[in-house]
Amino acid sequence: MTIPFPSAQPSLWAATAMIAAIVLASTAGEVLTAAAMKSIGDLDEIRAHSGLKGAIRAVVTCPLFFAGVSFLALAFFSLLFALNHLDLSLVAPASASLTLVTNAVAGKLFLKENVDRRRWTAAVLVCVGVYFLAH
Amino acid sequence: MILGLVALCAPLGDSCLSRGMARLPAITLAHPASLVAAVFTPWIAVGIALLIGFFASYLTALSWADLTFVLPATAFGNVIVALLARFWLQEPISLERWAGIVLITVGVGFVAHGPSLTERPATAIAEEQAR
Repeated sequence: MTIPFPSAQPSLWAATAMIAAIVLASTAGEVLTAAAMKSIGDLDEIRAHSGLKGAIRAVVTCPLFFAGVSFLALAFFSLLFALNHLDLSLVAPASASLTLVTNAVAGKLFLKENVDRRRWTAAVLVCVGVYFLAH
Repeated sequence: MILGLVALCAPLGDSCLSRGMARLPAITLAHPASLVAAVFTPWIAVGIALLIGFFASYLTALSWADLTFVLPATAFGNVIVALLARFWLQEPISLERWAGIVLITVGVGFVAHGPSLTERPATAIAEEQAR
């Protein structure tokens, strides 16, 4: 039987640093992964032409994909570390809602996506919604 | 279907990770290897399996849609989990949480009504490929 280990609540700065690490690593990972998938093309079409193996090969031979996965792995271990010290009800909504906003900015800057008023409104509504849902 | 899988697997996977990590002793930066050992505990392993399902669906979605389209749409998973908690687990939902559910649903509705992919002129694509 595993007994829950009581841990001291970290300071505000430590909590902020843990959440910031998740947000930064996950934004970098998602932007790099999105760029990789755009450079590969529609996976459904690739699978229709070359089968599942062809689709997997197209993904795993893309260097950008590995750069993205490395940052996502960093974000994952930052999340595990944060969950060990902070509550899920704080970590999940805070990192998810902040990542939405940083991704909208990064999508516009680096991926040249058309982040119009509709998408900004959606990002802000979802961001506030996630915050409310966690309280 | 793909966006639905993304929306469902991510919050369920996170919940499994949370349950698994909360049962472990506090991990410090002085012993980073204990983070790797945590991966092989049952709850964390189930969480990782769900997150692998999430990642495969997420990559497929990113191959035909913009990142700024996929991310808000997948946040709908939070609403699914909250509704499951209310109607399946009979957990009470406060007024604030209902407000959160409405805001996320409206936000997802906003983004879903727009184009999923940024259309670029053929000349711009040709220039990018020539670089």
